[in-house]
Amino acid sequence: MQFWIIQTLNSLAMGGLLFLLSAGFSLIFGLMRIPNLAHGGLFMLGAYVGAMCMQWGVPFWLAAIAAGLAVGALGTVLEGGLLRRMAGNEQGQVLITLGISFIIADLCLLTWGGDPVPLDAPRMLRPPVFLAGFAFPGYRLAVLAFALIVALGLWLLLERTRLGAMIRAGVDDRLMARSVGIRVSRLFSAVFFLGAFLAGLGGVIGGPILSAYPGLDTDMLPLALVVVILGGVGSLPGALVGSFLVGIIYNFGTALFPDFAYVILFLPMVVMLVVKPSGLFGRVTR
Amino acid sequence: MFTLSRRDVFKTGIGVSALALTGRAVRADEPLRIGFLTVKTGPLAAGGIQMEQGMLTWLKLNNNKIGGRTVELMVADTNGVPATTRTKTAELVERQKAHLLIGPLAAFEALAVADYTESHHMPTMGLAAFDEGTQKGAQKYFARPTASAGQASHAMAAYCYSELKMRRMAVIADDFAYGHQQTSAFLRVFEDMGGKIVQKILPPLNAPDYGTYISQIKTDLDGIFMGFAGSNGFRFTKAFFEYGLGGKIPLTGGLTAMDEAILQQTGEDAVGIMTANYYSAAYDNAANKAFVAQMNKDYKADPGYYASGPAICGAVLDAAITKLGGKVDDPDLLINTIRSNVVENTIRGPVKFDAYGQAIGNIYIRKVERKAGHNVNTVIKTYENVSQFWTYDPVEFMKNPTYSRDWPVAKNLEN
Amino acid sequence: MTLRGSRFWALMSLFLIALPFALPSDYYLGIATHALVLAILALSLDILIGQGGMTSLGHAVYLGLPAYAAAWTMQNANWPPELAIPFAIAMGTAVSALFAVLSLRARGLGFLMITLALGQVMWGAAYRWVGLTGGDNGIRIPVRPPVLGIDISSVRSFYVVVALALMVALVCIWHLERSPFGACLRGTKDQPKRMNMLGHDVWSIRFLAFVFAGFWGSIAGVLYVFDYLYVSPSSLSLPQSAEALLMVVLGGAGTLTGPVVGAIIITVIKTVVSSYVDRWYSLLGLTFIIVVSVMPRGLVPGLKAWFAPKEGGAR
Repeated sequence: MQFWIIQTLNSLAMGGLLFLLSAGFSLIFGLMRIPNLAHGGLFMLGAYVGAMCMQWGVPFWLAAIAAGLAVGALGTVLEGGLLRRMAGNEQGQVLITLGISFIIADLCLLTWGGDPVPLDAPRMLRPPVFLAGFAFPGYRLAVLAFALIVALGLWLLLERTRLGAMIRAGVDDRLMARSVGIRVSRLFSAVFFLGAFLAGLGGVIGGPILSAYPGLDTDMLPLALVVVILGGVGSLPGALVGSFLVGIIYNFGTALFPDFAYVILFLPMVVMLVVKPSGLFGRVTR
Repeated sequence: MFTLSRRDVFKTGIGVSALALTGRAVRADEPLRIGFLTVKTGPLAAGGIQMEQGMLTWLKLNNNKIGGRTVELMVADTNGVPATTRTKTAELVERQKAHLLIGPLAAFEALAVADYTESHHMPTMGLAAFDEGTQKGAQKYFARPTASAGQASHAMAAYCYSELKMRRMAVIADDFAYGHQQTSAFLRVFEDMGGKIVQKILPPLNAPDYGTYISQIKTDLDGIFMGFAGSNGFRFTKAFFEYGLGGKIPLTGGLTAMDEAILQQTGEDAVGIMTANYYSAAYDNAANKAFVAQMNKDYKADPGYYASGPAICGAVLDAAITKLGGKVDDPDLLINTIRSNVVENTIRGPVKFDAYGQAIGNIYIRKVERKAGHNVNTVIKTYENVSQFWTYDPVEFMKNPTYSRDWPVAKNLEN
Repeated sequence: MTLRGSRFWALMSLFLIALPFALPSDYYLGIATHALVLAILALSLDILIGQGGMTSLGHAVYLGLPAYAAAWTMQNANWPPELAIPFAIAMGTAVSALFAVLSLRARGLGFLMITLALGQVMWGAAYRWVGLTGGDNGIRIPVRPPVLGIDISSVRSFYVVVALALMVALVCIWHLERSPFGACLRGTKDQPKRMNMLGHDVWSIRFLAFVFAGFWGSIAGVLYVFDYLYVSPSSLSLPQSAEALLMVVLGGAGTLTGPVVGAIIITVIKTVVSSYVDRWYSLLGLTFIIVVSVMPRGLVPGLKAWFAPKEGGAR
């Protein structure tokens, strides 16, 4: 019984972390029709920038927002400077994001060295929480709660604001959006900022669990891909459900079938792509 | 093309020495060319950068001389990709005409170049910890002054059983060859002495989070042995404390589970963790004190597993090449001298080699202590003259399969 | 394709024949061999991308899998290379047929994702199935064995083998492009609906192209393992797949010379430039960005347009 409870909690906590990672990825993917392969790099950069801020004495939450803003600004520059010129050439855009991810990884290594950089959780969230006789890390529950708050915020943004309506219109039908007078290029900048901001923020929030280290980018990017494939591209509920689904598959899968640990996430991805390529909540027909 | 390539020279085999004396006579001012295979880009770069720092520091302390000859260090970045390692090795050997090689970092890289270095008669100072290199796959032109994957685990198992009186333990390690070999070596000695390994957990090397694995750990254990590489020991320990297990089950580990490279980051959580290694930054001899001081000064870091290896290579090479009067053009003579020498004062203490090219030397049991806000791997027990075969007979030992995921079979697992 | 037949073949042959004489040592010829093996892989991938418009991010499977098959049968089952080589190629091709059935359910980015996922599954299997693959330690071949009694152990002789294989690959792919099948394949890329209406079975055309790409990829895979004499999970990893894709796009998809040029440039950056530039990894990333931004169709078409502005850059 305890096994099921604690692994369920693990799954939910990991799902929260994955949502912070993949929400921005899904938004960009949905609107611009490209998987931003630099997303893992932006996540890692966020973690490093957050760690640096905290070394300067900035409190955790402020550091998270600062890192989000910094990474968001970088994302906007990259979108405006490189990707926008390639509008319509999706393959070219994907390759540019891959090139960017190489450079981010190399420059992070140059700047922060190879050793892992720890990020400490806020002191009050550090001690384990005792639930019915066993301990569970308090911070992981906080990550779950925070992810749900972010999800709610994003939902309000998408459903209740003008910007959100434009983004939804853009995801559903880009040509239509343009023809009703939405300035798609400005919209792209806004979405890229938001996606990169969420990546940077997620890097810091995930930091106390993952820490910042070279290779964090390539460890996380496939997870974001799996979440978005399972949940469906460009769908916020899809990203949320996909994240929890991946959390559940990963935690129970590796515990019950340890021999499949290396492929446990990609087998469901293959199945989903074969059976329902648009994902559970996919609105985009690909 | 027009010049005689190094390979052609070696093809003639026995004629090498004669040629070295006539055609390729050693000029006293010619530098000693060392090919240094490390990783400076990609996910394995952390260890690779420390390797290079360790080498540079040792050379600085020794006036950039080995065996009286000025060293030309040729550093190659393999990116941690076996195919690139192979190409870079060819570059060092064929284009840059290295006299000898140090490295590479990872076991799979070493395996990818093993046949090449051997067929080119290229003396290679190995650093990667993999049992094949000095056991069934032992090579003539290979010497490893550090440790095989299992060498330190054997000692850790003996310490856990005899000194810590542990009887029921779990092993947890990265799911790749280095992790398997460390845990299998531990398991063999621990169970041969009478202990029981009741749980074996092998998370993937790139596990995003250890929560799910930590939740599976049994609670009625005397201790846990960790066979982690890179930053995973640090990440596991942090999560172990997050889940409230810290201090409840003692943590022990192999070569890199609590390396100096991750020791400070782990903070107070690391205190009390016991690991086995051929080296500790806190090891007390003159050579090591100078080395650590210089590393602290130049890189603001304590040397660990990755930085210490090249420095030990430096001392071993220095002794051998001094003995040879600076002559390194005969690879057979060079490797034989390296392997037959006894070097007393390396930063890990005395080093000699067995018949398979693996160093026999001290294995230290280190316990993390916190001194003035700084974590230290204090040596609490020294096992002297430890062979890669532990106390087993080498021939009998090698009749068994090489340590792997599946051997020895863990017979006492409970589930 | 504006490549005027005979001149292209003469130049390509001349290039391959001159290379061993032009390069200063066996070391450089070894690098050239590595590059040409990957050029065959890139050419095979370009059948999918350039002709069929299907961007795969899992093509390293056809490099790594036959390499494993050849290494395993020769090392662990003591098969002669004459048997191991056709077996490895057949196996790679068969797997490509299976993966084609799965991947072709999706188009565009879905196709890219499914090939990526299948590649990751194969990588995971190679990494984890230690009993068969040796895990991360991989499989070694101590010496390059003679094939059909011909000694190919030296750098030079093996270069000849690879250069010949590349020529054969180029000829076959050239014929494919000019054949009615090639025209159909390009039709499915640009006008799939119209092709369907014209009575062409689009799925079958794509399937055959996929298998053809898998076949030539498998030949590259066998050459790869004979070249490096070692195979490990990194040979079928995502970075290897991405590298193959970059070679195609860098040189120019849909051209015969493009993938070859791309393979040479990336190999040179990785092996030669990296010896002089510490931050070669950033340089590699920068190269993609610049080439894709400045010459979105790749270097070969881009340079052609550059030197022949009157053609308006159109092929």
